[in-house]
Amino acid sequence: MSSLLQHPGHEEESLQRVSDQLPCREVQAGTLLSLMGQYSYPSIFIYGHRSSGKSHVLHVLLKELELPHAPVSCVECVSVALLFEQVLLSFFGADAASLLPRSPSLSDFVRVYRNQCSQSPAEQTRYIVMEKAELLRDADANLLPALLRLQELVEDNVTVILLSEIVWDKFRPNTGCFEPLLLHFPDYSKGELQHILSHDRHPSYSAEFYSSYINILLGVFYSVCRDLRELRHLPHAMNVAFTCFCVSSVKETDTHKLWRNMEPHLKKAMQTVYLREVSSLQWEKMQQMEEKESGALRGLSAHTHVELPYYSKFLLIAAYLASYNPARTDKRFFLKHHGKIRKTNFLKKNEKTSNHLLGPKPFPLDRLLAIFYSVVDSRVAPTASIFSQISSLVTLQLLTQVSHDDQLDAPKYKCAVSMDFICHLYGIYKHLL
Amino acid sequence: NLWPSIFQGCFVFKPSAKKKKTALSLDFQQINNHQQNMFCLCKALQDELNRNILDSLLDFTRKCSSTRQHSDWASQMRASEIPTAALVLGVNVPDHDMTFQSLSDLLQQSVTPHVASVQAKECGALKHLMKRVLERLMDTVVDDEDEEEAEQTSAQLNKSVHCSLSTLCAWYNAKTKVSPPGKKRCSHVGDDLQSPPLVIIFKDLEAFNPRVLQDFILICSRYIERLPLMFIFGIATSPSTIQHMLPHSVSSLLCIELFQSLSCTQHLATVIDKLILTPQFPFKLNGKVMQVLISIFLYHDFSVRNFIKGIQLALLEHFHSQPLSVLCCKKKAALLNVMHLGPQDLERIRQLQSFKRYVEKQDPQEQVNLFTDDTHLKEVCQKLIKNLRQYHKNYYPILRCLHTLTSSLPRYPLGKQIRELHLICLDKNIWENEDYQSAMKLLKMLAKDQLILEDMLSKFKQLDSKSDSSTPYFAFTLGYVEDSITSPVKNLQKKTDLFQLQKTLLEMNESRRSKKLSPFEALRNEALEFIDSLVKSHLSAPESQTLNEVCYYTSSATVRRHLNATPRTSIQAALNIPYYYLQNDRLKTEDGIVSNAAPDICIVYKLHLECGRLINLYDWLEAYSTVVSAAEGNDPELMFLSLFSSARFIRAVSELEFLGFIKSTKQKTDHVARLTWGGC
Repeated sequence: MSSLLQHPGHEEESLQRVSDQLPCREVQAGTLLSLMGQYSYPSIFIYGHRSSGKSHVLHVLLKELELPHAPVSCVECVSVALLFEQVLLSFFGADAASLLPRSPSLSDFVRVYRNQCSQSPAEQTRYIVMEKAELLRDADANLLPALLRLQELVEDNVTVILLSEIVWDKFRPNTGCFEPLLLHFPDYSKGELQHILSHDRHPSYSAEFYSSYINILLGVFYSVCRDLRELRHLPHAMNVAFTCFCVSSVKETDTHKLWRNMEPHLKKAMQTVYLREVSSLQWEKMQQMEEKESGALRGLSAHTHVELPYYSKFLLIAAYLASYNPARTDKRFFLKHHGKIRKTNFLKKNEKTSNHLLGPKPFPLDRLLAIFYSVVDSRVAPTASIFSQISSLVTLQLLTQVSHDDQLDAPKYKCAVSMDFICHLYGIYKHLL
Repeated sequence: NLWPSIFQGCFVFKPSAKKKKTALSLDFQQINNHQQNMFCLCKALQDELNRNILDSLLDFTRKCSSTRQHSDWASQMRASEIPTAALVLGVNVPDHDMTFQSLSDLLQQSVTPHVASVQAKECGALKHLMKRVLERLMDTVVDDEDEEEAEQTSAQLNKSVHCSLSTLCAWYNAKTKVSPPGKKRCSHVGDDLQSPPLVIIFKDLEAFNPRVLQDFILICSRYIERLPLMFIFGIATSPSTIQHMLPHSVSSLLCIELFQSLSCTQHLATVIDKLILTPQFPFKLNGKVMQVLISIFLYHDFSVRNFIKGIQLALLEHFHSQPLSVLCCKKKAALLNVMHLGPQDLERIRQLQSFKRYVEKQDPQEQVNLFTDDTHLKEVCQKLIKNLRQYHKNYYPILRCLHTLTSSLPRYPLGKQIRELHLICLDKNIWENEDYQSAMKLLKMLAKDQLILEDMLSKFKQLDSKSDSSTPYFAFTLGYVEDSITSPVKNLQKKTDLFQLQKTLLEMNESRRSKKLSPFEALRNEALEFIDSLVKSHLSAPESQTLNEVCYYTSSATVRRHLNATPRTSIQAALNIPYYYLQNDRLKTEDGIVSNAAPDICIVYKLHLECGRLINLYDWLEAYSTVVSAAEGNDPELMFLSLFSSARFIRAVSELEFLGFIKSTKQKTDHVARLTWGGC
């Protein structure tokens, strides 16, 4: 196993530690190690799905082998200044970072870097690890190409490693750029997942027994989820049921019995815990409760009912009607003495498909109010609070404003709630009558 | 404090400020007392109502910070999740501020000094959110590139304070290391203090930009191992918004626990119960004002805070507009104030509707005395005020009593909530109401198990203990009713002898056949009659009480105008009757006639009402110049041609367009389209 991680530049011991911490990623680690050397490639691009171990592998490698590196998350770097600062900070210390001017440009960064670099030349290759590199595409146009050949620009032995979930083809700028070295991290297989999951076992169980438990767990969840991070969260969420079982049956080898005991719990957990409807903490509590009484805990999406003031309800109903009915039909639906509409050609071709499939359409404020007044039975004065209710519905995200905020003249809205929600409101309204 | 200054402002411009200075200051102090009492009560109420949820939230934060320090397997596994409390507060957004304020105060007192609350409107972008959070947690100004160059010098000094969580990390480490003595002294309690959590409260989750929130959570999860972060989401609609806003990859970083607060209607019920249905405050609202306030609550905003504001407004208006409100205070002070009343005030009392009605009932000699003798009037007033207080003392217990009886009737003839019953009672004498009569009929038909007497008696007793000693006879009669209701049942149980039982059953049967009432029915009727008599003697409408004007605020129109403004109606009123706002005598006209001297826009508006959907601008201008020239005594022909008048006309038309009455159209040249219907 450790034979894969043999490299002349590093000590045997630290390599062993690395390979212990990187189960099932030896191949990738080996490739990376062979790329990291005295003289290195300017930029490496690593891609693979979420939680396929990209950052973990790099983090462990750089940390254990004590290589100079600057970990940067692109989400965190709201501005390029933060990015530059973090890089300089981790390579040359706080003094260097403070040399950057306010709102620095790329050339400022290169200048400072070169200065510092000449003062403290690199003994080893320096690494800049950029997580979530896909966000670099939204940054300045010159940033990504410059980072890719930073080695040339600063004339230092530095490698930029980009981590992303997206393939390189989606990055390439139209002006062309230096092509980084591409490295793919494949998804874990089922066996590998089991191997990794068995690593964080509860200290009180034997490794073999825990591994068979993980096997059962994977049997249920593997079909819906292959994300390691999600799967890691499951075993301890199920912990209570598991410990209960372990207490009741002493024999640890009886996997068949384990399966029979655990399966119903797992099935139930699939609907709630996996979707994070219920947090793991609550799930645990619920499991403990279940020993005494089977009280069902409702998940987040079970609470969809919203209590609204009377007129807000009608405004929302009116908005729904305005969003899903064509404006031509308003006269027919909301006027008492509407003219006759010829049945032929009443519906245009595209209107024959269900409006619910097409989604809500924008409508002007006037139309909303007109429908509102005809839907509400009593006479409503057009008070300021009716209008403020519309805007508060927008902030509650039950309506969305389509036109720009600045447009005061004729604002347009869309209804953002579903049929079910409206039916529920309508139900309450009928109840009031 | 803002309130006193507001009051002072009111009194400076008071139209009837000719009152004696002593009376004025008295008035002011009184109002202040009133306000303070109400404020204290409201605050206490709010805290009481939120106590449960705040306590559980505090527990949650404590638990979260303590589990971080444990190193057992389960909490280790959960270490990568950010503990999050989803606090569902209902759509009454204006009320939330108070809840969050007391929440953060409590957190700071008992759990952690590091609490930051952010609002959506101040965090448009991730940078701003970050900045706000850092500022509030660290209590410093955070460097920001967007700031003015003028701050360059100060920024140079603490250049390293950059907008990122690593700064926060460094700050937190320094902060926690500063106090090492806590570590040594008490290891158990010290654990809590050692690494207090950093709580971030998102006041209005719905309004946040989802992108910003997602990024922020992603960043925070990177630091969760180094910083004990914690979130509290304030949610107005439903918890499923979390799922709508955050993708699974982000929400899986959170360990969400749900907290549901009381519904706002329950909240309102408590506020009404404690603030209005009590003789504690002499200030009262009449039926219409109550109706306005409650309908604003139910129809428009669900906001308890606005409801209380409405009561405060009514209070202010009452003391401002009613000079006799000096008598609206605690009993002793009121009696004292009566003696200090000036001749003017006494004259006012004589003018009161309720007082006139009272006078009419007296004998002629007394009538003369009341109108001429000031000291006698004062004595009578004292008596009347005592009566009014007694009326209030009896009114509320009887109201509750009636409510307990009728609130469980089918179809709720007298309303489900006590406030509905209260409104009916305020409106007119309740026993004249048809619903009351039907409710009484229903009560008379109820079977024994339906009338669940024990239950009700216990409720009555509760009420009785609440009400003070002024109603001892009430308690006494209740005891009597209780005894007599339970005794036949006891008698029945005693008769264990089979023969005896048969006999009694036969007797009972016979009595039923002969339409004689069973003891239960007789008792029931007796009890109901008793309650009916109570209602009739104590639940009369407040308007029938003498001197009710002193305590009851009646102007519902004012309250409605202030709290539920109608901008369009005001505009139309201004255009139709400019005198209403301008108060210029020249503008006074008969109904529907345009005064020549009215502002141009009013004339143009009146003229446009006579037109159809499309208005010819030329005709309009002609009509306008005819009107205006008549006012100024010029020749219409000349006036029509003058540039000055057409400029005025055009300005007025564009003002109308700005107000949304007309708009330009391409259907016809030189025409504009009307946007409103109707007219002369």
